[in-house]
Amino acid sequence: MTLNTLSPGQSCRVKSVRGSGPTYQRLLEMGLIPDTEVQVVRLAPMGDPMEVQLHGYYLSLRKNEAAMVEIENG
Amino acid sequence: MDNRPALAARAVAVVGNPNTGKTTLFNALTGLKQRTGNFPGCTVEKKTGRIQLENNTVEAIDLPGTYSLAAVSLDELVVPEVLLGVREGVEPVGGILVVADASTLHRNLYLVTQLMELGRPMVMALNMMDLALERGLEIDIETLSRRLGFPVVPTHAGKAEGLAELRLELRRLMDGRIKPPKPELFRDFYDRITRFADEEAGDRRLPLPPALVFRALFDESGFAAQHLGEWFGEDFRTRLMQLRRELEAEHGKLIELEARERYTWVRELLDKVIRKPEHKIVTRSERIDKFLTHKVWGVLTLFVVMTVLFQTIYAWAGPLMDGIEGLIGALGGAVGSLLPEGMLRSLVVDGIVAGVGAVLVFLPQILLLFLFIAVLEDFGYMARAAFLMDRIFSKVGLSGKSLIPLLSSFACAIPGIMATRTIPHPRDRFTTILVAPLMSCSARLPVYVIMIAAFIPQKQVLGIFGLQGLTLLGMYLVGVVVAVPTAWILKKTLLKGETPPFLMELPSYKRPNPRTVGIRVYQSGMAFVTRAGTVILAVTVVVWAMAYFPRSGEIEDNYAALRIEAEAQHMMARAGLLESFDPQLAPLSLERMERVLKENPQLAVLNDDKPPVSGDPALQALYADWRQLDAGYQEKLAELDSRESGDYLRDSYLGRMGQVMEPLVVPLGWDWRIGMATIASFPAREIIIATLGVIFNLGADMDEESVELKQALKTAVGADGNKLFSIPVALSIMVFFALCAQCAATLATIRKETDSWRWPVLSFTYMTSLAYLAAFGVFHLTTALGWG
Ligand SMILES: Nc1nc2c(ncn2[C@@H]2O[C@H](COP(=O)(O)OP(=O)(O)O)[C@@H](O)[C@H]2O)c(=O)[nH]1
Ligand SMILES: [Mg+2]
Repeated sequence: MTLNTLSPGQSCRVKSVRGSGPTYQRLLEMGLIPDTEVQVVRLAPMGDPMEVQLHGYYLSLRKNEAAMVEIENG
Repeated sequence: MDNRPALAARAVAVVGNPNTGKTTLFNALTGLKQRTGNFPGCTVEKKTGRIQLENNTVEAIDLPGTYSLAAVSLDELVVPEVLLGVREGVEPVGGILVVADASTLHRNLYLVTQLMELGRPMVMALNMMDLALERGLEIDIETLSRRLGFPVVPTHAGKAEGLAELRLELRRLMDGRIKPPKPELFRDFYDRITRFADEEAGDRRLPLPPALVFRALFDESGFAAQHLGEWFGEDFRTRLMQLRRELEAEHGKLIELEARERYTWVRELLDKVIRKPEHKIVTRSERIDKFLTHKVWGVLTLFVVMTVLFQTIYAWAGPLMDGIEGLIGALGGAVGSLLPEGMLRSLVVDGIVAGVGAVLVFLPQILLLFLFIAVLEDFGYMARAAFLMDRIFSKVGLSGKSLIPLLSSFACAIPGIMATRTIPHPRDRFTTILVAPLMSCSARLPVYVIMIAAFIPQKQVLGIFGLQGLTLLGMYLVGVVVAVPTAWILKKTLLKGETPPFLMELPSYKRPNPRTVGIRVYQSGMAFVTRAGTVILAVTVVVWAMAYFPRSGEIEDNYAALRIEAEAQHMMARAGLLESFDPQLAPLSLERMERVLKENPQLAVLNDDKPPVSGDPALQALYADWRQLDAGYQEKLAELDSRESGDYLRDSYLGRMGQVMEPLVVPLGWDWRIGMATIASFPAREIIIATLGVIFNLGADMDEESVELKQALKTAVGADGNKLFSIPVALSIMVFFALCAQCAATLATIRKETDSWRWPVLSFTYMTSLAYLAAFGVFHLTTALGWG
């Protein structure tokens, strides 16, 4: 499962981040590392991007970026 | 690592994540003694100031906010390179003041762990303590400081709390009493990397800090590797990649390793340092966000905010701009009357004063827009606006961050382009800068207004829409419609590259700080006046000179003769009037007429503004005729003046240029006069109207409402004897002005913001070509449709 499939209100735990390149690096640097708890807060009016909460702060990311994040429910 | 002893700091760099309060703190520490500019060779803003300590001062640099020392774009190399003292043209920093947001400390510490590897003494300002409190977080600062190994000072920058303690620590930092922290991560790596760096640096005398090699090895974007490659050569880069492969073979993906190790270290460090509340507290910021990012209310609010922004600019900037124009006009008049008629007066009034006016007239819009933007940004709304609208912009390869700059450009491209500083990614920023001038700004409005009023019939379309209004709307749409594919193409060609990460923090809402806002507005105004202003002034003077010279003596003599003739006729007519009033006076010579007027008390009334109240009806009749004669004479003189300016302009270098270039503009349905007026409007689009006024012998004080000018345009005849203007010609002119780059101020601003001539030249070239093609197309299409 990947982060982009979650709906607002759902939470998950990060398993890993796939891919490469700057976006991959930024995702990790922003704290999407294994075992991090992430909650989806809301989607933008046109369904993309999404807003998530992690490490006590709010982050907006696009769906295709969220698709790089493998998750497990927890 | 760098083993130098802590050196007495020469400059302190203020570093931290975005929105942690760096600038607020910087302002509070340095006061207004700030200098702004760019880091050499790139578009990153550089702000320096002096922090007053007890008995001396220290230089401080406010660096752009960043989440990591890794560079996703070339510009982002600025922070690590400045900190490592290897940035050309920037003096090395002796210490780091890291600003961290206490309410999101976990993520903030990621950057801190990287900073700790730079070998510089550090002090941390743990800012936003009030927000941490609101969230119910308890932070054990003493333990935090002990574990980090450098001083941590709790602050609330907005209220200047904790600054005294911070100054104390900065003083210790300056005195060399704070040792650089010991990096604790990647021990085995760092040894290897340090050895590699030492060997490579050898005796080359080029600094090669291990931390930079670390970035070159780890970063996916490859900018650090590329930059180092430029200094140390391709061989070096090959060896670097070799080392990278070795490390990856041993440890797997380096980036993931880095992130995991750092965050693990942070988690352990924060263990028992932060106490979270039992139950999650819903903060005020979260409640605001429920509304402001709501699918319906959020979008509606954005719409309202934008409308208010526009209204503000049109309703408030308009009168201010008129006021400035009025003042400049009065100043021109006053200075002009002190100077003798001639070149100097024209240079001062039409060149210099007009040029200064052309600069100052933009200020109300720039200041108001920046006031608005600064307040929205400080409040935290800009990130929300970008969040709401990102989807639309992502379709052309941009991001929601382009929303405000592009919308602002509908008022004026200059503040719009300046506002692109909030776009973090350079390629997105350049694309936005290039398409921003396509938005129809307020300076185009006069051109649309006069053309529409003069040539577009006042018809209803489909019963409800006015054709004139629709045309105006169409002109506003042209820019947008062209901007979409232009941005798309730019992002596919010239500015192509991997889609930059959109990842954007949505910071908590804050009460805008008047001081921060004030400083920001002041600095943007100054930046415009001092840098774009000089270019605008220069361009105005150059165009003035082209329109003034060569001033042929022939025209001057010709009009001198015409004036003498007019005066003679006037005197004869006066004599005729006097004679018919009193036949005894005949025949009147000039001298005798003057004497008669002076010696005859009855006739003194002729110079009064009011007609004689009573008495002789013959005298009253004489008065009426006399005044009428005078008025006619004045009109005649004014007409001669206008015709003379027209002749001068036609004969000027500008006029000759227009005539030479006529074949170029004929395909657009224009003649050389329109072409020349277009060239003359290079300093600013609206100048075309005054220039048309001069060329049609009406004088320069025409505006878009002038009935005479509209009439002159309607009746103007081309070289072939047909009417010069028609609906297709008017549309062709309007479309040209909707798309062209006839605005020296915009080009000067692009030059300033991108720090290179490349982009303004490109803007001018592509916009002028587009404008030409579109005008050509519109003219021929509408002619073919029989609208002519
Ligand atoms: N509540 C609170 N707000 C602050 C504090 N310091 C700064 N701010 C606000 O936080 C926002 C971001 O500040 P700024 O200095 O622009 O951050 P920068 O991006 O790091 O330069 C502004 O609205 C400031 O007024 C603080 O200690 N507490
Ligand atoms: Mg700042």
